[in-house]
Amino acid sequence: MSYVCAEHLVKTYGTGAAAVRAVHDVNFDIEAGEFVSIMGESGAGKSTLLSIMGAMNPPTSGRFVVNDIDVYKLGSEKRTDFRREFIGFVFQSFHLASYLTVLENVMLPLTTVPTSRKEKRSLAEAALAQVGLSGKEGRLPSQISGGEKERVAIARAIVNDPPVVLADEPTGNLDSKTSHEIMALLQRLNRAGTTILMVTHSRDCAGYAERSLMVTDGRLTEPDRDLLRVGNDLPFQPEPQDLCSDARYG
Amino acid sequence: MNLSDIVFRNLLRRKAKALFVLAGLAIGVATVVALISFVEAMTNHINHKLEKYGANILIVPKTENLSLSYGGLSLGGVSFEMQEIRQRDLQKIDSIKNAANVAGIGPMVFGVVTVRGQKVLLAGVDFESTWILKPWWKIDGTLPGETGVILGAETAKVLDLKRGSSLQIKKKDFIVSGVLKPTGSQDDQLLFMTLGTAQSILNKEGLISMAEVAALCKDCPIDAMVKQISEAVPGARVMAIQQVVKGRMEALSQFKNFSYGVSLVVVLVGSLVVLATMMGSVRERTEEIGIFRAIGFRKSHVFKIVLLEAGFISAVAGILGYVAGFGVTKGVLQFFYESGGASILPSVNLAAGALGLAVLVGLASSIYPAFLAARMDPNQALSAM
Repeated sequence: MSYVCAEHLVKTYGTGAAAVRAVHDVNFDIEAGEFVSIMGESGAGKSTLLSIMGAMNPPTSGRFVVNDIDVYKLGSEKRTDFRREFIGFVFQSFHLASYLTVLENVMLPLTTVPTSRKEKRSLAEAALAQVGLSGKEGRLPSQISGGEKERVAIARAIVNDPPVVLADEPTGNLDSKTSHEIMALLQRLNRAGTTILMVTHSRDCAGYAERSLMVTDGRLTEPDRDLLRVGNDLPFQPEPQDLCSDARYG
Repeated sequence: MNLSDIVFRNLLRRKAKALFVLAGLAIGVATVVALISFVEAMTNHINHKLEKYGANILIVPKTENLSLSYGGLSLGGVSFEMQEIRQRDLQKIDSIKNAANVAGIGPMVFGVVTVRGQKVLLAGVDFESTWILKPWWKIDGTLPGETGVILGAETAKVLDLKRGSSLQIKKKDFIVSGVLKPTGSQDDQLLFMTLGTAQSILNKEGLISMAEVAALCKDCPIDAMVKQISEAVPGARVMAIQQVVKGRMEALSQFKNFSYGVSLVVVLVGSLVVLATMMGSVRERTEEIGIFRAIGFRKSHVFKIVLLEAGFISAVAGILGYVAGFGVTKGVLQFFYESGGASILPSVNLAAGALGLAVLVGLASSIYPAFLAARMDPNQALSAM
């Protein structure tokens, strides 16, 4: 049984004649410790797919299973707990709290965890060290560069050691050099055992992933091998049947 | 890092908004505190004044006759039968339920005597109680002993007597120990001596013509006391000086009701200020709340953040509002009563009430914004960015 598994995922916005199908019968299977990129043009449905994978956007139909947990069978608050425990988010626009220091931003996911203040601080400092930001704990987001903000966002995503990190266009707001530094950082995290699912429209960035999924008009399609610098096990288009048959819940 | 850290950091970031809510609530609380303390100070002041008015209950003999006098003017040539009350019956007033509210009892005996060829109304009084019953008296001289009298201003003028003069009443010699300064009342036309001496001269030992009772104080049930005294002294007719008491109490009661009405309106306006500002604050923080929810903050955590923020501002507003309201009342009282007639002291109960009111209004007004924030969908919140 795969660690992350999507089965016949469909997401439709609106009803009747105004209905728009953003995700159309998507199936995939990701093993623990994989680094997978999801590529596609703007409006292809990749952000919708990422939000479904982030346990924030219930699909119209289909199942999404992580670690044998049928995510959308969980109630709203249980799904919140699931997000806290299983998923680290790296948002496209950093989404750092401007009034909190770098250290406090990284500590945010630990706010509701019943751990001592000292322990939370220690975990946040370790996460910052991992992304190479030691010494900048006391700065505000306005006092650091774009690349550093992205690193803070990554540190915040990994501070509670989630098994899966979802990254939405992590280099979307960065220059080329910084983008490669960030991708190298994600690659290091992946090699340390974190499963990384990354949405990107950059072929260069997708090349850092072990394999890529292509989304076109809400459907997963085969990516063009030549478009990717790095990559293996292409094309990815698993059999739709029985992907999640051993799901723990549901 | 915990929820309260986020709350305080956010308050520091949004100082202007926090100050707006703070000011709205603090002004509301200050107004309520000022009105309540002002009413309290006025009540105390009026009660104090009313006590100074002296007697407010009269005990007179029961009579079948109608009084033929009005406003101190008596129809000449009409005589009526004079009845008396036994003096010892007044002791029963000490055993009524509200005896503790009786500040003083002044028995009086009246009779007509001839002095220097003029008929004068003699009043025997208990001078010990006159300071309570007739606080407006100002005597040019001293209170009389067994052989002394004091004269009303008009009496002294008509009889051509002054302090130190001697006079004879029913063949007994008396010295004028003092003359009352004009009071504008019937007292100006009387001749006063001690009760015992007057009873002896008028052959009314153990009898009194009437008694005055000073019983007004805060929360005195004046009507109930009249009833209790009537039951204790069955041969007498007991009357409250209703116009003075009721008129002032009703005015005070109306002012109290007006104050509570104004307070209610001010509190409602304050709560609307909080509601509008917190709603705006929640809308502005859509992105932030979306991130909180995405990274694992439960609805209850978001709810708590909004309410903690409102609770903290409200508590500060409660304290500031009490201090400001107290200060305003002090200032207003000084303006109204330059002589310092009315004053207030800090009240722990009012301070606690102000704090409680501010927190209650702040939290109640923030429940809906907190609810909206808590139920915000993280995906929609982040998509809206």
